[in-house]
Amino acid sequence: MTWLAAHGTEAIFWWFGSLAMVSAALCITRRNPVFSGLWLIVTLFSIAALFVILDAQFIAVLQVLVYAGAIMVLFLFVIMLLNLGRQVTTDLKGPTGAGIAVGLAGLLLFQLLILRHAAPSEVITLPAGSVARLAQEQGLVASIARPLFDTYLLPFEVTSILLLAALVGAVVLAMRKL
Amino acid sequence: MSLDLSNYRDLALALLPELVLTLAAVVLLLVVAWRHQTRADLRVAAWVAWWGLVAAAVAVWWLWWNTARAAVIPPPVHPPMIAVDDFRFVADWLVLGTAALTVFVSFDYLERESLLVPEYYVLLLFATLGMMLMAGGEDLMMIFLGLELMSVAVYVLAGINRRSAPAAEAALKYFLLGAFASGFLLYGIALAYGATAATNLTLIGVQVTTLGLQKSTMLLIGLGLLLVGFGFKVAAVPFHMWAPDVYDGSPTPVTGYMATAVKAAAFAALFRVLGEAFGAVPAWREIVWWLAVITMLVGNVVALAQRTLKRMLAYSSVAHAGYVLVAVAAGTPAGAAAFVFYLVAYTFMTLAAFALLAAKGRDGERDVRIDDLAGLAQRRPWLAFALAVCMLSLLGFPGTAGFIGKWYILVAATQSGQVPLAAILVLASVISAGYYLPVIMAMYMKPEPFEQAHGGMRLGPLGSIAVAVSVAGLLFFGVRPNRLLDLARTSGAAVRPAPAATSGGGARPTAPKLAGN
Repeated sequence: MTWLAAHGTEAIFWWFGSLAMVSAALCITRRNPVFSGLWLIVTLFSIAALFVILDAQFIAVLQVLVYAGAIMVLFLFVIMLLNLGRQVTTDLKGPTGAGIAVGLAGLLLFQLLILRHAAPSEVITLPAGSVARLAQEQGLVASIARPLFDTYLLPFEVTSILLLAALVGAVVLAMRKL
Repeated sequence: MSLDLSNYRDLALALLPELVLTLAAVVLLLVVAWRHQTRADLRVAAWVAWWGLVAAAVAVWWLWWNTARAAVIPPPVHPPMIAVDDFRFVADWLVLGTAALTVFVSFDYLERESLLVPEYYVLLLFATLGMMLMAGGEDLMMIFLGLELMSVAVYVLAGINRRSAPAAEAALKYFLLGAFASGFLLYGIALAYGATAATNLTLIGVQVTTLGLQKSTMLLIGLGLLLVGFGFKVAAVPFHMWAPDVYDGSPTPVTGYMATAVKAAAFAALFRVLGEAFGAVPAWREIVWWLAVITMLVGNVVALAQRTLKRMLAYSSVAHAGYVLVAVAAGTPAGAAAFVFYLVAYTFMTLAAFALLAAKGRDGERDVRIDDLAGLAQRRPWLAFALAVCMLSLLGFPGTAGFIGKWYILVAATQSGQVPLAAILVLASVISAGYYLPVIMAMYMKPEPFEQAHGGMRLGPLGSIAVAVSVAGLLFFGVRPNRLLDLARTSGAAVRPAPAATSGGGARPTAPKLAGN
């Protein structure tokens, strides 16, 4: 019990972190796109759990509602509508492709190992518990909403234009008969 | 005029050009939602887009005339997201001008190819808006959002001709590789944030000097990833693989727009990021040095081997990215001035060359070979003259803006002690004569292969105006470069690293914000 009290958060982090990694790997290796989509839900759920560990409960809830909920439903809907489920062909290329993939993965691992040692300097990291304190003082939503509509108002508004442009583009490519 | 950007009224004033352009895009979107069937509708859409661009340019001019500047805000308030300086104004003018000329070039092209898609102009406006936000972005978040807005619109523009298989291939290739490159850029931003706890360019610069992060691994990896992301957008070797196929497959006015405005905006953002955020990190100079060398050599040598004019111009635009990188690598005020000057000159010459190519060819213009231009000078002397001026300017022939631009890059490079780089630039220019001059030779020294070989060549009145303006600009600034150079000098000087931090001012940028609320 004392071990759990001391290392509880860490244990939860490792559990959900590895779950996210494993399910992400499963998502891209499944041949059936429906299974891929379902594994992606597991990944998104695990990431939501990681947000909770970071004291960002509101973002965790949004992650579940928006990503694991709405967007994934849309994904699965499109997959089933396009009837891709029966396709079993693969475009993974033989030993050369596998070699390149392993090489790239090794490079990424190497990079992550370097980054492990390159921890950010003490001066810029926030003191422990400051996010939780902020949430306590202002509430979970306000502590996100205030910077969003104050400091980051401009990027926030530009995002809406970006979505509009993407929407117009998708409609142009999909709907128009020339 | 000093603008306090933490106040909404002043923020709106500082963003007036962007707001005007957004308004124009939304109005145009509403217009084309009801009217999108006939050729007349296409023309209406083109004019609405054109006037929107002009209005935005006037707004930029107004800010410029009033010497708008962002007021310096003391540290507890987060520094602004958008820069208000001459560099932004010049870059805005450049992308707005390019977009306006592209509207003119597209005017006849879209009708001729019966691409009756008025949304083309909406996407053009959105792409231009993204470029303006990129060029003015004072925060990595703004730059990323601007880049995405631009990219999303240009992906669709590349594939707007849905009947053409090469266009579909180009759009898909551009989209997939572009998304990949955005991933690199985003990862770079995340690491830069991890190392400095800031996404604001000035704050990153302050943090780097106050915390001594010049050798921080995390920051350096972030910088490398940022360079990969930008290198992709400006098509620098080795991130250029997509460029020939995408430029080749897209409709030619879109190719011209991609090769000029997209590149100029990406360069402007790269220049600002390197100058303001990473000014104190010496590592990037060496990376940019090598990028410039291989981009110049590979771009020019491979361009020699191309048979069609469109692919040749695609590789030529890769090579020119290398010349601009030389100006970036110089990293001096003279380099900054040469950078701005060359971007302007490059934009005009490349845009006019692609406009003339669009007039010559049909069905995507992928098949126009250099020999197909034989005898153009006898049949269409003015078009041949315009294309000859573009080629000479791209080559860097004296009397054109391309020469002056290259000259200033050479001066900047030698002054900053980069003599080998200057030598390689000259060598690369000599190689480029091997593919620019045959175009002129074919037009002026070879006979027309058969009667009416150039009969189908049609530029249209507006396209002619666009080409005439570009060519006149090239010749004028080739002879009297002083005004443009002054402009380039003052605007280039606006991008500079933040002054050394006042005591404790920037050490923990997020903490006061948290406490203040």
